[in-house]
Formats: sequence, structure tokens, C-alpha cells
Amino acid sequence: MPPSPATHAEHADPATGSALLVVDGLRTRISTTGGVVTAVDGVSLTVGRGETLGIVGESGSGKSVLGRTIMGLYTTQGPVTVDGEVLFAGKDIHAMDQRERRALWGAEIGMVFQDPMTALNPVKKVGAHLTETLRRHQKLGRTAAVDRAAELLDLVGIPDPRRRLAQYPHELSGGMRQRVVIAMALANEPALLIADEPTTALDVTVQRQILDLLDTLQSELGMAIILISHNLGVVAGRADRVAVMYAGRLAETAPTDAVFDDPWHPYTHALLGAIPRLEQDPHLRLAAIGGAPPDMVSAPPGCRFAPRCQYAKDDCTTVLPELEPVPDSAGHEFACHHPVGQGGN
Amino acid sequence: MSELAELPKNSTATAASTPAPRPGRPRGDGPALWQGLLPVITGVAGFVLAILLLRGTGWAQAGAVLAAFVLVYIGLANLGRHRFGPSFDLTMWLCLIWVVVLVGAAILAPLLPLGEHEDIAATIGNPVMARPDPLSVYPLGTNNLGLDLLARLIYGARASLVVSVGAVLIGMVIGGAIGIAAGYFRKATDTVAGILSNSLLAVPPLILLIALATVLEPSLRNIAFALSLLALPSMIRMARASTLSFSQREFVTAGRAMGASNLRLMARELLPNVLLPLASYAMVIVSVLIVAEASLSFLGLGIQAPDPSWGNMIAEGEGGAFEQHPHIVLVPGIVLFLTVYSFNVLGEKARKRFDSRQAKL
Repeated sequence: MPPSPATHAEHADPATGSALLVVDGLRTRISTTGGVVTAVDGVSLTVGRGETLGIVGESGSGKSVLGRTIMGLYTTQGPVTVDGEVLFAGKDIHAMDQRERRALWGAEIGMVFQDPMTALNPVKKVGAHLTETLRRHQKLGRTAAVDRAAELLDLVGIPDPRRRLAQYPHELSGGMRQRVVIAMALANEPALLIADEPTTALDVTVQRQILDLLDTLQSELGMAIILISHNLGVVAGRADRVAVMYAGRLAETAPTDAVFDDPWHPYTHALLGAIPRLEQDPHLRLAAIGGAPPDMVSAPPGCRFAPRCQYAKDDCTTVLPELEPVPDSAGHEFACHHPVGQGGN
Repeated sequence: MSELAELPKNSTATAASTPAPRPGRPRGDGPALWQGLLPVITGVAGFVLAILLLRGTGWAQAGAVLAAFVLVYIGLANLGRHRFGPSFDLTMWLCLIWVVVLVGAAILAPLLPLGEHEDIAATIGNPVMARPDPLSVYPLGTNNLGLDLLARLIYGARASLVVSVGAVLIGMVIGGAIGIAAGYFRKATDTVAGILSNSLLAVPPLILLIALATVLEPSLRNIAFALSLLALPSMIRMARASTLSFSQREFVTAGRAMGASNLRLMARELLPNVLLPLASYAMVIVSVLIVAEASLSFLGLGIQAPDPSWGNMIAEGEGGAFEQHPHIVLVPGIVLFLTVYSFNVLGEKARKRFDSRQAKL
């Protein structure tokens, strides 16, 4: 089914039951020597088939842990405790045993990692990276896997794929390597691709190419993408919906246009205000959000953003705001007692 | 390069007005050709003269041969620098040649025209304790039973190399597996592996070997197994340390995210990365084990006479034989020294090149 923006809204609605991924009350706690870090604190979201969800947040907001918990790479084991559920195509990933999860990984859910310099094994040829997963999940023969691997490299826009298959990762540029990482994630045409900061380690022109590539591949393969980034600009043109994350919680989720045109959460507002614009006067001091994100070992009782929020009132520091829908705006939710924009203030 | 050469240089750099040195064919700063050829020619001439003219003089001949070797070494080093640039490392090449020749001779020993190495009955008519003389049929002399020292050295090299290389391979396979598992799983596995390697290290190696030798029959296989216990702890630690550093890399997580099992991650992602530092470290360990094997045989606990081994050849110098016939000890001693030295040099070289701490990717 070719995805189009019009169909996304209905798939995004969890009530229809057609959502590919439903995350409900997800909480990831990691024991460290400094105490228990609640990296993801009660996140609920849905992703429809073929939809792109952007997750935006600053460093340490828990977005990478969220991505890995959704995938099941972090699960209740050792120092990690996971509560809540992640339903992928109706099945709870965290209730599966390891074997079932492994059958899902690479086949149904693919992941693109941040740093293509370390995401490839330096002593394995590019071809081996691709053929292994093809042979495991699709039970292809040796030559069939090599043919398919060459097709995949062609798909992600690597010229002369046959020659590249026989090369080692260090012989490729950063952008090429990230293309290989994407080809690996796409090898088995997963229904969901989790891209964890896929362009952060790349320079700006290559960033654009990689994002365009993801866009094209999505419309060709019809998969859903969770695009995790700290960069609002990366998410702006690509995502159908954006979830803004702060200190392990969702501050606001909305269709992309609504986030940029009509943000309700003061944090989203402040983030947008911090983007430098071309029409600004030169040498203007960049707007920044004062203070630092809270220590996730002992988070404040009220709104996590309250200490840095210019609109904070008394109830903000005592009562934790829950996500609530914006009136008359489908799919737009925010977690704030005193919203900005058209919501008040 | 050509654009660079045309750029104006400041006055201090004008000395380098010659074209920039091309890789492989440096000119100018290296030693001149004659600085290499002259010592080589005099050295070779001195070597031939020492063999021919000083025949039978013993120490004088040995000294002259040594001096000739030093000259040839200096000459070859200069020649190498002249041809391949200042980074040319003659010692490494000589060590490599030595190891290759030694291994080759050990493998081909039955095919080589060597004297008798173990059958005393065949050497009744031979001279006893003959001095080394390259022009005679006993180039390195004979021992107290008339057995040819060169033949015994080469057959002894078989025992030494088989035992020490075998022990290192055993240590590498077992230690590597334990180390990778310890570094990958951490927790209880790591603790157990740590206790194992620490307790092996806590026992003095020679005492451990002697204790084992009293229990085990001294066959090549048993000695190899006993010696592998010496290689084990360092192999475990090496593999564990490399695994720790590599399993931090994202490609392991990426492999898991592609659905690979633990075993597959260890065998396909970690092992190829860990193998390189491990193998280069094995070269260094080989030299330690050669000495350990020689010590065992010297004490009469390793290879048993009349089978030759470098250790029991040196032991033949006991009881006053060394004072009157120093070559009995010097010949196997020098060979042992050169072999251990070569393995050390090559191992260090390989380790520097492949050490995980310096791996860039």
C-alpha cells in the first residue's frame, strides 16, 4: 500500500486498531552506580503503517533509549527494568522470549544507527554484512544472497555495487557507510525502521542525501519510520507527526505542521525559538533555554520542564501534567498546565 | 607533488631543492651505496678468510667470524636504508629469515643431508667432541657420543617448535574462547574466568611444570598440554580486554539488531577482531614457551635423550664438559637465543601493528 499523507492520520489513530506499533505507558529504568535512572518515563505513542514519526529531544532526553526499548534491545534484564507494553503488529515485544525477538529483529524491525564509523565491523566485508542477515531471515542461498545484496546497494544509491561488496568498511566514505547501514536495515524489507540519529555523524550535504534516500525508500517499500533526532530541522520536512521528548516524557505530539505553526507546550515553543533564522539581524545573541535538563535519578515531582519554564506557576512544580488533546485539532496532544500559543498565555 | 615542488620555499628549506623523495626510492639523506657495499664485501671476505685460514684455532676463528658478521650486518643495514629508506629494519628481516629457515629445516629434516642425530650405534667410528668446523662433515661439531650437532639442532628444533607452537595454539583456542565469553557476557562468566586466570598466574610456572612432568609421561603431546597452561592466563586476559573494547562498538549492537544470536555475535563479529591482537601476542608467547620447554628438557623432565631437544643438548654440557668443550653448550645456546630473540622481535612488531588499543576503526 503506497503511503500518502492523507492516510496517515487514520492509521495514527489507535482506536482504529490498524496501528503498526502501539507503545503504552513505557517506562525504562536503568540501575547505575549513581542510582536508578528513569530514562523513559511513561511514554505512550502509536505509529501507523507507512507513517513517519519524528522523535525530537535534547541530549539525554531518553530518545535513544526509547528507540532501543521499543525495539526490545533494552528489555527487563540485568540492570534494566521495563514496564508498560510495546505492541508491534499486535504482539507485545517485551513479553516475547529472546528467540522470537531475534526472529523479529532485522526481519520486521530494522534499525539504523547514529555512527556509521562504528556500526560496521571493520574486519568484515560490506558484502558479508548484508548477506548474513539475508541468509538468516530469508534463507537465501549464497549466490542469491550476493545478488540481493548488490540490488540493495543499488537501491540505496551506491554506484558499482558488485565492487563495493568486496570492499571493507574503511574503504568507504562516511556517507557511503551510512548507506550500507541503511541497506542492512532494509535488507528484509521491515515494516518498521527505527532510525536513531541517522545523520548526526555526517556532514550537512550528506545528511540531506541520506534523509532524501530514507524518504524515497519509504515510499518505495511502504514502511513506517521512527526518526529520532535532536535536530528539529531534520524532522521538519520528513515526519508526518512529531513527538517532542523532554526528560523521558513526551511534552507534545502533533502533526508536523502543528508543531511548527502552533506549539502548545512551552518547551516546544522554546525549542522553536532557539532555531537561528536567516532573517534575524547579524550578531544577534542566539536564544537559548536557560538551565539544564533535570537529573533523571531523582526527577522533580511536578512538570519536568518547570524549573526552566518562563510560564511556570505553583501547580507546575507539584502536579505532573499528563498528555491531553488540543481541542479541535486531531492528533495534537500536549502535557502542560499552562500551554502557550492559542492555548493561553 | 609537482605543484608542491613549485611553491616558493623559505630560505631554510632550500637545501631540499632536489625533487621530493618518492616513496620506495628515497634519495639524498640515506647512506651512499659504497657505505653499504664496502662493509658487506670486507665482511664476506673476512668470513671466508676466517673459515679457511683460521681453521682449528677455536676462539680466534669464532671471534673473526663474529666480527665478519657485524661488518656484514652494518653493510646490509646501510644497503637497505639506501634502497628502501630510513625506516628499513634489518633486524626484523634477519629475524624473519632466521625463523623461516629454522621452520623450513625442521620440516624438511628427514630430507636434508644431515649426520646422525640419535642412533649411537651408527656413530661408533665418528670423532667425539669434534669442534665446529664448517669445512668438515660436522659443521657444528659432535657431542660426547659422536652425534652430529647440526643434525641434533635441527631435529631438536622440531621438538621445540612443535611443542611450543602447539601449546600456544591450544592456549589461543581455549584461552581465546574463555576470554571472549568473559568479555562478552561479563558478570559470573567474567568472574569465573578471572579466578581461573589469576590462579594459574599465582602458581610459579616452573614449579607447575615440574609438578605436571612428574605426573604426566614426557611425550610431545603431554608437554604441549602442560606448557599451554602457561600460555592460558595471558591469552584469556588478552582476549577479554580486546573483547571489552570491541563489544562497546556499535557493530555488535547492530549485529544484534539484525537478529544475530550470542554465539554468532561472538564468532562472527568479535572473534575476527580479537584474533589479530591475539595472534600477534601468540608470537611473543612462543618464545617464552620455547625457553620453558628447554628448561624442562634441561632438567630431564621434557624430551628424553637420545631424542634431541635444545634443552637436553645444553644439559650435555654438565659434568665438566662445558669447560673443555664449550661448543657443546654454546651451539644450542646460541640457536636458542637467536630463536627466542627472533620470535620476540617479530611478535613485538606484529603487536604494535595490530594492537586493539591502536586500531583506528
